[in-house]
Amino acid sequence: MPRANLSPHITGSSRTSASCWKARRGAFLYAQKVMDESDIGRALARMAHEILERGPGAADLVLIGIHTRGVPLAGRLASLVESFEGVTVDVGSLEIGLYRDDLNSRVTKPLHPTQIPVDLDGRRVVLVDDVIYTGRSIRAALDGVLEFGRPRLIQVAALVDRGHRELPIRSDYIGRNLPTSRHELVQVHLMEVDALDEVVIARGASDE
Amino acid sequence: MSRVGELLVTETLPTRIPPRKHVIDLDDFLVEEIERVLSVTDAMKEILGRDIKKAPSLRGKTVITLFYQPSTRTRVSFEQAAKILNADVINVSVSASSVAKGESLLNTFRTLQALAADVVVIRHPHAGVPNMLARELERVGIINAGDGMHAHPTQALVDLYTLREHLGSLAGKKIVIVGDIIHSRVARSNIWGLAKMGAKVTLCGPPAFLPVSEAFTQIGEESQVSIETSLEASLDGADAVMALRVQLENHTRRGMMSIRDYVRLYQVDEYRLELAHPNAIVMHPGPIQEGIEISTAVAGGAQSVITEQVTNGVAVRMALLYLGVIGNESAV
Repeated sequence: MPRANLSPHITGSSRTSASCWKARRGAFLYAQKVMDESDIGRALARMAHEILERGPGAADLVLIGIHTRGVPLAGRLASLVESFEGVTVDVGSLEIGLYRDDLNSRVTKPLHPTQIPVDLDGRRVVLVDDVIYTGRSIRAALDGVLEFGRPRLIQVAALVDRGHRELPIRSDYIGRNLPTSRHELVQVHLMEVDALDEVVIARGASDE
Repeated sequence: MSRVGELLVTETLPTRIPPRKHVIDLDDFLVEEIERVLSVTDAMKEILGRDIKKAPSLRGKTVITLFYQPSTRTRVSFEQAAKILNADVINVSVSASSVAKGESLLNTFRTLQALAADVVVIRHPHAGVPNMLARELERVGIINAGDGMHAHPTQALVDLYTLREHLGSLAGKKIVIVGDIIHSRVARSNIWGLAKMGAKVTLCGPPAFLPVSEAFTQIGEESQVSIETSLEASLDGADAVMALRVQLENHTRRGMMSIRDYVRLYQVDEYRLELAHPNAIVMHPGPIQEGIEISTAVAGGAQSVITEQVTNGVAVRMALLYLGVIGNESAV
């Protein structure tokens, strides 16, 4: 069936995200909002508690956000941990573009500067990303973060875990488990980057 | 403690910048493209500050440098940039290569292409050589590291980056370039770059070393580039002054100003510098001849950013190699 004839039927998602999908691929059967602002807030609060439980505490914690949307998420988790514990938490950001294994087959994206304000030797590092999927971003992030020292422990926090791992990598703190098919697209929109908080899932044409 | 999470995270929608294989001059760069190089340079500069300076994005790629003219900083900074990104670097020494046996330039390049080079960085005394090679060779990316009196685009990008670090946006800023303008490929590339970024450029030097003003009708708005023979008048309110190297051989010809007169009239010294904006920065593309185009006190003074230019040179060249090699092979 020619894809041009598919009229995108959009349900339960805002105008902004709908136009995002159109820009991405053109033909999606529908896009659905699976988390809204308060869902994301509750998930992050729970994740912050879990990070504290498993620490225990926040003594040697460093939160490192993976560009782009992991960075604001790391900032929000840090604020939550600080409000629960009354301590300050070190936060950093990591650009993984230079460490990816698919540099030759991928569109070049703009790079952001990495900012790791502290020595990571002996620290407990939590890598924060918006979506964990194949595990390849986390693999690249491991390469990047190990340039900055030898952490005691590295864990992974993701707002959405959508499965389909291609590497032996797991997430330690998950906002929402979202069983998906590979034909679907999960996108996290955050206030700091996209001017709204939501998680949307789009189902594409099955021949995609 | 820095709170990165609160920093402004900007993800600009990917602008449709056509893929760029060759860097010949800045005249065909879009403003967005210059912005992209400068923003990737930010990320690269962070790597230079690390204990372990490695970001293996060009693993398995080969960069060949081929310099038909002497160079220290350009060649070393390209080599260092490529090595930090884990590319393999081969420096061809012209005097020890088959060039000395009479091999033509084009055949030398066909050989390098057959040897699976991904990028060739070339400096050549004749203008237009990188452009000719870019047209003749289909697979290798060419980066111009200076061709004759034509262009030195990577140095101009270094200067743009350094200026932006100190002055912020360049729109409306007054930048003075002083020296032997017509023989300077650095000046020529800088004029293109600065005009595109909205700066006001004043070219200053002895009349015989200045271009005619009609040369700039195609560069930006006409008012963006002005010509001035008095350094004192040029420096009035300047935000930055860029001194060019005096090319001694150009002063020996008949009718040209002697070095002694040049120093008297055009040296950037501490007294003249007071005419500029109090926070004005002093730049020099190198190599410096202290006491000729710039006084020792100014070259080593608080307003001088000359050593920063060298450091930034590595970061800018990392960005160009990254965008050139990776950017080209990207799908879509």
